[in-house]
Amino acid sequence: MNRYTARTFALEMLMVAVGIVFAFPVYVLVNLAIRSPSDTSSPIRPTTSPTFANFTGAWREAGLGGALVNSVLVTAVSVLIVLAVSALAAYTLARSTARWSRGTFLLIMLGLILPFQLAALPLYQTVRDLGLLGSVWSLVLFYSGLQVPFTTFLYVGFLRALPRDFEDAAAIDGCSPLATFRYVVLPMLKPVTVTALVLNAVAVWNDFFTPLLYLSGSDQQTVPVAVAGFVGQFVSDWNLIFAALRISIVPVLVVYLALQRSIINGFAGGLKG
Amino acid sequence: MTADLRVRQFGRADAAPRAYRRRGGPPWWFALPALLFFAFVVLVPSVRGVYYAFTDWDGLDPEFDFIGLRNFTDMLDDATASQAIWHTLLIAVAITVIQNGIGLLLALGVNSAIKSRNILRVLLFAPVVVTPIVTAYLWRNLLGPDGAVNSLLAVVGLESWQQDWLGDPDLALWMVVLVVVWQFAGYSMVIFLAGLQSIPREIYEAAAIDGTGAVRRFWSIVRPLLAPAITINLMLSIIGGIKLFDQVYALTGGGPGHATDTISTLIYKDAFTLGEFGYSIALAVVLTIIIAIVSAGQYAALSRNERAAS
Repeated sequence: MNRYTARTFALEMLMVAVGIVFAFPVYVLVNLAIRSPSDTSSPIRPTTSPTFANFTGAWREAGLGGALVNSVLVTAVSVLIVLAVSALAAYTLARSTARWSRGTFLLIMLGLILPFQLAALPLYQTVRDLGLLGSVWSLVLFYSGLQVPFTTFLYVGFLRALPRDFEDAAAIDGCSPLATFRYVVLPMLKPVTVTALVLNAVAVWNDFFTPLLYLSGSDQQTVPVAVAGFVGQFVSDWNLIFAALRISIVPVLVVYLALQRSIINGFAGGLKG
Repeated sequence: MTADLRVRQFGRADAAPRAYRRRGGPPWWFALPALLFFAFVVLVPSVRGVYYAFTDWDGLDPEFDFIGLRNFTDMLDDATASQAIWHTLLIAVAITVIQNGIGLLLALGVNSAIKSRNILRVLLFAPVVVTPIVTAYLWRNLLGPDGAVNSLLAVVGLESWQQDWLGDPDLALWMVVLVVVWQFAGYSMVIFLAGLQSIPREIYEAAAIDGTGAVRRFWSIVRPLLAPAITINLMLSIIGGIKLFDQVYALTGGGPGHATDTISTLIYKDAFTLGEFGYSIALAVVLTIIIAIVSAGQYAALSRNERAAS
């Protein structure tokens, strides 16, 4: 099975063809984003005289700069909170043998199947009453709670496979529970923390429904809402829209290409349980 | 047995020396911050949501009435709602089958000895990390009357196939499925790939030496060992499919007519454009019930499958 046979070559050609089919939409995206609006030739014909005017236009009109800053802020702060509180909770839930511990774990796991639409609508009212509607802080609060079940689930699964000898030793040496967590448990959690970080960051960055509810009409927006608003405003000006779409995916793709190995492993590993 | 010992130590915590008490486990209040966030954001609003489902609340007026099951009986007479429930189930099943089928084939492909496997893995997975709303807008243009898909058909001489893919009520739903599958096939692929790579090479080699054919090898060796990856992929894609919102919103907005409305898009429209909060949340309750039934059924079926495979 290690020899490169004629069958392997045929498979290679087939897979490359599949790769081209998958990449085709991205080719069109790039191709149209650098085309002047007066060029109405077929969207798959390579653009002959590329222009970058669409990018400056889209950047100016879409308010993407502010949206990118907001998205980075919301993602960074809420992922940090979620990882911290979930790791701490998972430590107790995985280790304690008390009855309340199992009940609490199951209660939190219930959150895995509750659709966000159910909670998001009543929460909309609370967010409004708190005067947080239109503020990105409402999103930080939302994701800090919404992502807890999944993250706790990842941490608990990982902790259960981990021996508790080090923690016991630290406790016997007189280490306080918080110090044991900070200096003994947290370092051991590093592999699953990387996975949880990536999965949460992707989920928060990409979410559209919640910011659409809590931020629409305000001047504080995240990237998905800014893009949606921009498309709605420039309905038929597709060159401009494509430039905006491309600007919005560049940060994601740069991060992805830089970290692709650990991201792909993280996605697979985190879900292998 | 050791667990029993710990429980007993924990039970006599007051009398036990400090070091032993700590062996009963970390303190309960470690779980408190996570629990508070979870309760405030998910648990309490969900419970309140279930209550609103039995009212005629419009989302603004502080005064509203308890109307019992009327929202739910109204739903039975509401052709749009029953259609949306049907679309939701159809999309979820179609996505699950097609995405995982393609994901598995891709995983087998990039797990083989081909030279381009590493670059293909990176390329095929890339759409997964891109914001769904953005890829959906991209596809809205590709599938339009003057879009790239029609241009491509012209190039290969299939002009007769050209059409407004999202404008046809019979096709639009399948286009939503296509876009989701294009974006997330790489996700299924990576999970299958992780499963495939955990299978020891010796097993393949032994089977190959025994002269087992590729199909037989796949069915009798790979499939059972892949059971955990299959479980995770099926659960993720069916629940993701049931909750689908972004792609429908960006591609068709639920149209043409209501041809692609799902429970999620209807919840949004009823709550924020029609001001029918109570009715909208009743739909969310139906969505929850569907997800609970599907997850429970799937969990039972798949854990039986995994046990049988191991």
